Amino acid sequence: MANDGPAPSAAEPSAASGFPLPSQIADVPGAEGWRDMYRYFTRFQPEDDQRFWFYNSMHFPEPMPAFDTITAELPYSAIGANTARLFVFPTTLGIEHRIVNGRVYITANPVLDPGEVERRSEQFGPRAGYYFEHWDELYEGWKDRMRALIAEIEAIEVPELTEWEPAEVVFQALGVAQNHYLRENFHKVLALYSRMWHHHTEMLMLGYGAYVVFFQFCTQAFPEVSDQAVARMVAGIDVIMYRPDDELRRLARLAVDLGVDDLFAEGTAAGDVVAALRDRGEAGLAWLSELDKARDPWFHVSTGDGFYHHHLSWNDDLTVPFAALAGYVTAVRAGTLQARPTAQLLRERDRIATGYRELLASDEERAAFDQMLGLCRLVFPFVEDHKFYCEHHFTTRFFQKVKAFGALLARQGVIGQADDVFHLHHTEIDQALSDVSLAWAAGSPPLGGRHFPSIIAERKRMLEVLRDWSPPPALGPVPEALNDPAVRMLWGVTQERVEQWLRPDADELHGVAASPGVVEGIARVLADVSQIGDLREGEILVAPVTAPSWAPVFAKIKAAVSDIGGAMSHAAIVAREYGMPAVVGTGDATKRIRTGDTIAVNGDRGTVRVIESR
Amino acid sequence: MSQRLCLPLPEAPGAAAAGGKAASLGELTRAGLRVPPGFVVTTGAFAAAMAVIDPDGRRRAGIGALSPDDLAAITATAGQFRERVTAAALPAPVAAAITAAYAGLAADAPPGGATQAGGGPLVAVRSSATMEDSAEASFAGLQGTYLAIRDTRGVLDAVRRCWASLYSDESVAYRRRGGLPEPPAAMAVVVQVMVSPRAAGVMFTRSPVTGDRSVVAIEATWGLGSVLVSGDVTPDSFTVSKVTGEITARRICPKAITHSLIHNETGPRVTETPAARRDQPCLTDDEIRALATVAGPVEARFGTPQDIEWAVLGGDAPAADRVVLLQSRPETAWAARDAARKAPVATPRRRAADHVLSLFARPL
Repeated sequence: MANDGPAPSAAEPSAASGFPLPSQIADVPGAEGWRDMYRYFTRFQPEDDQRFWFYNSMHFPEPMPAFDTITAELPYSAIGANTARLFVFPTTLGIEHRIVNGRVYITANPVLDPGEVERRSEQFGPRAGYYFEHWDELYEGWKDRMRALIAEIEAIEVPELTEWEPAEVVFQALGVAQNHYLRENFHKVLALYSRMWHHHTEMLMLGYGAYVVFFQFCTQAFPEVSDQAVARMVAGIDVIMYRPDDELRRLARLAVDLGVDDLFAEGTAAGDVVAALRDRGEAGLAWLSELDKARDPWFHVSTGDGFYHHHLSWNDDLTVPFAALAGYVTAVRAGTLQARPTAQLLRERDRIATGYRELLASDEERAAFDQMLGLCRLVFPFVEDHKFYCEHHFTTRFFQKVKAFGALLARQGVIGQADDVFHLHHTEIDQALSDVSLAWAAGSPPLGGRHFPSIIAERKRMLEVLRDWSPPPALGPVPEALNDPAVRMLWGVTQERVEQWLRPDADELHGVAASPGVVEGIARVLADVSQIGDLREGEILVAPVTAPSWAPVFAKIKAAVSDIGGAMSHAAIVAREYGMPAVVGTGDATKRIRTGDTIAVNGDRGTVRVIESR
Repeated sequence: MSQRLCLPLPEAPGAAAAGGKAASLGELTRAGLRVPPGFVVTTGAFAAAMAVIDPDGRRRAGIGALSPDDLAAITATAGQFRERVTAAALPAPVAAAITAAYAGLAADAPPGGATQAGGGPLVAVRSSATMEDSAEASFAGLQGTYLAIRDTRGVLDAVRRCWASLYSDESVAYRRRGGLPEPPAAMAVVVQVMVSPRAAGVMFTRSPVTGDRSVVAIEATWGLGSVLVSGDVTPDSFTVSKVTGEITARRICPKAITHSLIHNETGPRVTETPAARRDQPCLTDDEIRALATVAGPVEARFGTPQDIEWAVLGGDAPAADRVVLLQSRPETAWAARDAARKAPVATPRRRAADHVLSLFARPL
């Protein structure tokens, strides 16, 4: 398996394009065995040299642990099914992905033949039209289905493998022993995750489509309009993603009202605060009971964006919400904790839309503008809120469940600890579960303990080595026109972006101009939100991604930079509300910038420059 | 004589009597915008002067008979006439009116306005032509502008030179090529107190590059804006959204030369910009926003996109109180393109969703 890839060779840029060909990517010394981590269908093929691929740093900024490749496998299964086969988008089929040196590269399959586009259009019109026409009721049904899916994954049990079956299995004549459910329930976890991704894309591609149409109109009518101004006309105000942070503010106020606020001193561990509250009599218990209400569902929020198993939820680790609570309690006492000014934000959104509308050249254009903006505002509650249901609530539950299977495998001695399960591909976990099932049935120990630990140790070592590899932003020949609407829509890969990749500047990073302004300052690179205690007032936050769980950080910083995200991402929205510059989706800011570096963030142009290295 | 010879800017009449520049300055002051005080020497004063210089109009008719291709004749004839205009004594009522109006300016010199010890205020004397906008625009820089004039005699001289500039070789050649009548429409003159700004420049109430009407494009440099006309400096440029107020683009350029106003010197002094300031933005964000905030009312007042000359004074006052406007004229290049544009960006469709369907029915 380790030898079926291209022979290692020095990567030379192909003359025609300036990007290396996939076949020219050399193995990283010390991680030559990376192919062992990934399945055959993710491998670059010789004919892939003819196509243009780009590194999906937006979703996959780190080398992939073997299990986490499922966050590429199933989303791309769902997206392609949606565009190519479900709605039959005329100009685009699906997305293909490949993994090399642990990094995910993707390309889209466009439809170029005009006859074929025409044939697909006949299908696309009525299918997409149906969803747009019934959007609100379909979205209501969607939420019901998603809640049911979440309940289903929460209910899945990992068999205990007790010595004997419980008696009712016999007396109720159930007839099926626990070891059967090892694989059935594991398969159900995977199947539910796949289902979630199908629902994720079900309405999202059309929702983005509505936004792209409006965006194009705005940039044609107002060539110098900023991405952010367009986003602000559309953005929802009462968005579900603000709820987790709102809950923390509520709990902070409650702590003050109940007179238990003294227990929330900055730097106290979450467990110690909870213990102290339990000892505080009725008031402490009252607060804890409100905490429990808030935790389900609002603490099922990822500290990342749900594409890696280590993007934990607040419920997995209370450090983050409790660090924020300490700050909010202080603000309540000082009388400075304010609710989001939703009415004002709403007026501002309408004022901007009215402002641009009035500047249009004719009533005809204004009528078209009204239609497009109306459609965007119709679809945007879904576009903004689906993430809470999918990437946050469902996905954090999904990873917890997989980890519970990992705990079982660890108890059975197949792997060292529960988290090691994420270094196995889901098909390998399936094998391990077969092993455990057989062993339990036979009354003998599983054999996996002799097989998996060395593989897992080697994979952990290789991932560390691969972390230092700088993946080229793209591979293969640049096509004459980058005209796939899906690629532009989802990843912002445009001709200009590719040209930037071809002229790299060692000290300048390019991303999405998410919130305007220019500022210089000291960088604080945080790998994840649990490190927010390190952040000093007035620093510039540099993070892989910011989720709603990061919201408390924004009161302290003067600009934000992220590896992942677009103009509608959480970091962008919050930065605009705080009026601070932000550049998101840089791909690798957390790698190229170090804490203590002096950096200049240009939120107008979407660039970050390292002025002075620490 | 039915027409007044000099009028303070707030009373400046339309372009026929005051010329385009003075008429627009009058409009700006009446709109409550901050404009340095000044007065207009009307076309009535010009006519009174011409009644002495060329009483029967024969000389001017002679200029009108010149062939556009005979540059030598244009140079000779126009040059002769200019000499007459600048040499002739002003009719007494005209000289008296200008003298009185200039004396009146000393009384209400503005904050930041330049005065000099024991004298009247430093003023800019600029021609204010009555021709249509596009023609005037194409004459930009051809007609007279005299900066930092410091006394009554200087003002009287500069007014005559402004009149004479109507007969510059280029202007005459332009009119001959266009077959425009001679004597041409008359020439008014603006006399305005000069300010000594920290920074100055121009702004367009639509993008000069893309025609985008939702932005204000600002070009700015240290000191007097005259350095931009001289072409010695590439200005800083800033783009501000009229709708959101955000500064969406900024380009800072090395501004090697500064023009500044020096008391008791005629004309701006040209110096090298100190190295420390050269590459610094010459406007603060507050100043940029204050300028953009003024642009909207100016555009609204005239009803079309404008090209505005402005200055920002120094001092501690809020930025909005330090902005003064020096001139506003209609933007013409994009107006012509708009008129020629056929298709709207998009038209309404039967259903809103049809916009999306058509997007994906063809490659972007």
